[in-house]
Amino acid sequence: MSAKAKKNEGMLQLSIKDDMTIYNAESLKETLLGYCQPGTQELQLDLSAVAEIDSAGLQLLLLLKAEAKKRGFVLRLLRHSEAVIEVFELLKLGMYFGDPIVIPANWKKS
Amino acid sequence: MSNINPALETFSQEVDELLTAMEDALLVLESTPDDADCINSIFRAMHTIKGSSGLFGFDEVVAFTHEAETVLDRVRNGEREINADLIAVLLACKDHTAQIIQHVLFNEEEPLPEELQQQGQALIIQLTGTSSAGTGMPTTQEEKADHFEVDVNTTDSSDNWMISLAFKPDALRNGMDPLSFIRYLQTLGKIIEVVITMPAMARIEDMNPEDCYLNFKIAFNSSADKKTIEDVFEFAEDDCEIAILPPNSRQEHYLKLLENLPEDQFKRLGEILVEIGALTEKEVALILNEQNQNDNDEIKPLGEMLVDKNILQQPVIEQALKKQEAVKQKINKESNYIRVDAAKLGYLINLVGELVISGAAMRLMVDKHGLSDVDDVASTMSHLVEDIRDTALQLRMVQIGETFTRFQRVVHDVSKELGKQIQLQITGGDSELDKTVVEKINDPLTHLVRNSLDHGIETPAVRAQAGKPEKGTIHLNAYHDSGRIVIQISDDGQGLDPERILAKAVAKGLVKPDQTLSHSEIYNLIFEPGLSTKEEASNLSGRGVGMDVVRRNIEALRGSVFVDSELGQGTTVTIHLPLTLAIIDGFMVEAQKERYIIPLSMVEECVEMSSDEWQIDDTQHYVNLRGHVLPYLRLGDFFHKNKKHTHTERESLVVVRFGEAKAGFVVDELHGENQTVIKPLGKLFENLDGIGGATVLGSGDVALILDVQGLIQHAKKRVRPGLALSSAV
Repeated sequence: MSAKAKKNEGMLQLSIKDDMTIYNAESLKETLLGYCQPGTQELQLDLSAVAEIDSAGLQLLLLLKAEAKKRGFVLRLLRHSEAVIEVFELLKLGMYFGDPIVIPANWKKS
Repeated sequence: MSNINPALETFSQEVDELLTAMEDALLVLESTPDDADCINSIFRAMHTIKGSSGLFGFDEVVAFTHEAETVLDRVRNGEREINADLIAVLLACKDHTAQIIQHVLFNEEEPLPEELQQQGQALIIQLTGTSSAGTGMPTTQEEKADHFEVDVNTTDSSDNWMISLAFKPDALRNGMDPLSFIRYLQTLGKIIEVVITMPAMARIEDMNPEDCYLNFKIAFNSSADKKTIEDVFEFAEDDCEIAILPPNSRQEHYLKLLENLPEDQFKRLGEILVEIGALTEKEVALILNEQNQNDNDEIKPLGEMLVDKNILQQPVIEQALKKQEAVKQKINKESNYIRVDAAKLGYLINLVGELVISGAAMRLMVDKHGLSDVDDVASTMSHLVEDIRDTALQLRMVQIGETFTRFQRVVHDVSKELGKQIQLQITGGDSELDKTVVEKINDPLTHLVRNSLDHGIETPAVRAQAGKPEKGTIHLNAYHDSGRIVIQISDDGQGLDPERILAKAVAKGLVKPDQTLSHSEIYNLIFEPGLSTKEEASNLSGRGVGMDVVRRNIEALRGSVFVDSELGQGTTVTIHLPLTLAIIDGFMVEAQKERYIIPLSMVEECVEMSSDEWQIDDTQHYVNLRGHVLPYLRLGDFFHKNKKHTHTERESLVVVRFGEAKAGFVVDELHGENQTVIKPLGKLFENLDGIGGATVLGSGDVALILDVQGLIQHAKKRVRPGLALSSAV
């Protein structure tokens, strides 16, 4: 699992550089959990490089959202990739995560 | 827009039709302004379009048609007059509706263009005299709530399928991706709402990312039928619990189908629901399986389970049950009974017996003279005779259930009298047997049940001490087994004490003190005359007359009775009875020029009696039949003890089975199947060993019907006890 993190006064920004699928669910979970430390106030996930997301990846996101609520920090999803948007639309999850989704200009034109 | 989804296509067609109808009606209204039918049809058009648009989330259409609908409703109620002006506005409304629907159908994502919006506003003002800004939009919001909020618990107010998917933890590892199923589902209709639930986890660290925790509830709008939707999840079946609840509109559809279902045949609930498409075969199989697995005393009815599991709504089940009941009543009403004198019926059966015999005689003649052209006719006739025989015998068949249920009362009364708590369970009440047999079995059954009540079941206090439930159970069961009916009376009482029976039997001189008997032999001593283990006789039973009478009665019916027991656990009495006393399928054999009939249902197999194939012990009379010790009896030797016999070169071994016991009869020749009319032997021969009756053959000869059970006992006796036991497989 490759991810890059920037830290800034309780705010963490993390770019996920890999697919979010069953094949790397284990390492993805480890990484994400690693950032759920006390002291974190906001965790931002940059999803722009997620080329593929399946149920295993989705349930990790859902879990993380629930965990954020429990531990009292904010989870923000940024720059959803097309794959992520597709899944969010399919399951009407936009509202649940509540993050603004920027639809690229060339979206679905193909 | 070539790949417009089928549901939308239907929607657009429907809208077209409705709008055309609306236009026609408006034009008619111009000449006859009071035509109620026309007003209704216009109202219906707007109302239906509003409803369907709501389903697809076309808010703009809903907002506009809602206004028109409100005005039309007032017209319908006579609160507003219809005039040329209003008709003109309504015609414009119709056109506007068509335009906005065209727009939303083909440009789903984009908002309404400015000019269309203004046009709509203008029309609304004309219709109502007010701007829609104040009144229109909020109502739209309400409408929206009405249509889209899918409450997981209640199913009304939504016209969507409710699909619940609970994936099992292994689903992901098995290569399932729940998302792909939902994606595929989209091809069948529109997903309105998805609720994802995951089980609460105490610690996120314990979560295994490769397990599947996702449960989906999907509100789904589609015109597909249940089977099609179910098929989407076909591959997920093993890894997912699927429940598909039809939408309310479907429900009405099902109710209508139920209404129209022909009432000609009684069907089970599951079958009815599958027929109307409310259930799929798979769901029925699954739910029945679950019902069977439930070991609890209280088995839930199928309908209740379906509602609980969110597979179907209550009203559909209720309607189906009502239908079922109606069919049942109709069939009951239709089936007319004719009371027939039993004597007449008996006469008919006798005649059929004669017919069978003369049919056999004709067969013989045909074979003898080799008349090939008569042969066909003869075989057709013997088929018919066979059918007539079966039907005639069927006339006398009655279900044993009625006899059983009579004991409910006996059990109720007696248990009260004795201060015991006893329940009666009945199974197999639909097993049929000859009416004459039923009548004659009643007394022995009563005796056995009373025995169980009196001696079998203990008082509640004693039962509680023994760690058993205070309420005792007596179980009456009946089933068919190899052409006979088996009736079992079992209780969970104290059981028989073998030592006491043995002591008593020795005291009465029934057995010698040094005799070694197996438990089952000891138990069956209770059928000997004069043996009762009860110290004191109650007014119900226990005087030592009874069990021997029971056995005599049953044997008079060519039946048999056994008892098995476990001390402290209960007693089971098993009665075997022939189904009928008149005609049976027999198997004819010949030994020493004498013909014998073996009831066909008891014949297991016929093999050649050759020492090359089987090890034959000639002195102890058993063969080793594929590893089983099988006692055998030479019929010729058995029935003609004093004659010197010359054995034919080729002998056959007929293997017969009675209950659990098997034996072989050695015969000279096999003649094959034969319809056997049982003729009782005269008084003089009634107690002959090994003979149960006689029959007249087509040639006029008499063949003896073998009492297989008795002969098996004989065959076993000849073998050493040790071997005999092992042979009773």
